[in-house]
Amino acid sequence: MKFVVAGLALVGLMAGCGKSSSSSSDSTNQASTKKQSITAVGSTALQPLVESAAEAFSNENSNYQIDVQGGGSGTGLSQVQTGAVDIGNSDVFAEEKSGIDSSKLVDHKVAVVGMAPVVNKEVGVTNITKENLIKVFTGKVTNWKEIGGKDQTIVVVNRATGSGTRATFEKWGLDGATPIKSQEQDSSGTVKKIVAQTPGAISYLAFSQTDDTLKMLSVDGVKPTNQNVATNKWVIWSYEHMYTKGNPTTKVKKFLDYVLSKEVQGGLVEKMGYLPVTDMKVERDSNGKVK
Amino acid sequence: MKTESIKKNLTTRSKKAKIERFGKLVSFICILIIIAVVVAIFYFVSSKGLATFFQNKVNVIDFIFGKDWQPSSVDQSGKPLVGALPMIAGSFIVTVLSAIVATPFAVGTAIFMVEVSPKRGANLLQPVIELLVGIPSVVYGFIGLSVIVPWIRGIFGGTGFGILAGAIILFIMILPTVTSMTVDALKSVPRHYREASLALGATRWQTTYKVVLRVATPGILTAVIFGMSRAFGEALAIQMVIGNSAVMPTGLLTPAATLTSVLTMGIGNTISGTLQNNVLWSLALVLLFMSLFFNLIMRMIAKKGAMN
Repeated sequence: MKFVVAGLALVGLMAGCGKSSSSSSDSTNQASTKKQSITAVGSTALQPLVESAAEAFSNENSNYQIDVQGGGSGTGLSQVQTGAVDIGNSDVFAEEKSGIDSSKLVDHKVAVVGMAPVVNKEVGVTNITKENLIKVFTGKVTNWKEIGGKDQTIVVVNRATGSGTRATFEKWGLDGATPIKSQEQDSSGTVKKIVAQTPGAISYLAFSQTDDTLKMLSVDGVKPTNQNVATNKWVIWSYEHMYTKGNPTTKVKKFLDYVLSKEVQGGLVEKMGYLPVTDMKVERDSNGKVK
Repeated sequence: MKTESIKKNLTTRSKKAKIERFGKLVSFICILIIIAVVVAIFYFVSSKGLATFFQNKVNVIDFIFGKDWQPSSVDQSGKPLVGALPMIAGSFIVTVLSAIVATPFAVGTAIFMVEVSPKRGANLLQPVIELLVGIPSVVYGFIGLSVIVPWIRGIFGGTGFGILAGAIILFIMILPTVTSMTVDALKSVPRHYREASLALGATRWQTTYKVVLRVATPGILTAVIFGMSRAFGEALAIQMVIGNSAVMPTGLLTPAATLTSVLTMGIGNTISGTLQNNVLWSLALVLLFMSLFFNLIMRMIAKKGAMN
């Protein structure tokens, strides 16, 4: 029975992929009344923003149908590379992902998201030095009292190996150090719940995903705010990318332009807790060089 | 003229026969499609899962018995760290534990429903059990995360995440399956077995224990194995409570990982064709072989039961 269901799902998936790829290969200059369908797949962190933008966009352009799916940054990049989808959403640069030929992809940075270490409210720490942060995640410090908190065992909660958030946090928060093997969770909602209810827990989340059930830590005295991200004073942040294979087709470009328009950048993007890419005072490339 | 029409009636197919042939054809095509799908799945998972060993040259023994799982890193000699033993062990421990706990509950409930109080069983317990089957696994996972994990933390200390929490969740999830299959097994015990036993002067309990349960043993075992195969393949709920730490389980209270939880967490973050992706398919292959294994055991038990 299980096989049958899985098999049907598989067949459905293949059919779906086939359809979207054929529609993406429709070339440019179609009549505006013709039904246009776009598929965007990938990063779950970016998914809510793209979904909302897609909804607003197809309200204005009724002939557009935009299908937004999650699946993770890796899925987004590999699917767009094979041409199965029109847009691949990713939290990381294609250059940073092994197995992806970034020269074939065109990057569209649509937003910036800051990430912060978050802790259970009761640990008694509000600021942490980067050195100590690395020590906590590499398991060299195991009790909060060693770094000025309560006498409580530190419980490290990691994100899934290969997740975009984890890659960003390891690169900019831990200076590339590999964290100890510990609990791993895939969804940011679950991470939030675990940190909020587990004494001594520490993890990391995008600014937009935190609330007052847990506490964001300052690092070296710098507060995790969007203003500090814009000036790169707070370094743990990443771009949200929407990749296309080669230059976008007309219909995809129209949607991407809409996402980058003032209307969305100043409205939806900010409302949903991301930082408009237009607000950034600095620019960072895939090697981490800041301009 | 008359003989002519009789002859025609006898030599041409009737309408009913045509419908029957058509029905046969349709069901035959359906079976072919199902077979094709099963074969395709086996081919697909095998081709991807075996790439780890043929393309990436990972040693099978290292994969199954290795204890270090860090697919994106390599050890000193340059071999990728892809030991799946922690997950295989984790999957087995939670599965066996949940089955051990679930079996007495399931058998007890089933005896109540079939032997003790069939009427109340049908009216009250049947809908409850059916309801439990229908609850999506994410709900079980969320209950586990919100109720069971803090509860374990309160009683035993630690973080609460681990094999114990996983086994409890799975126990609740497989209980209805095992119960309803046990009910079927008990119901299929012929009535005259019970009558004969009672006529010989055995009490109801003696009849149930010494006759009904004995006869139904193959059926009950099938139910347990079926429950285990469900538990083994469960992903979402277990992922939320087990902690997903790919280390060898050292106790019931420390975070561990299962094949399914590592698989579902990693698959969206890896690129098709890379080692990191291929090893996940290898885990899927292990899972596929396990469900095949469970199926074979079930068939063997059923065969044995049929011979008695």
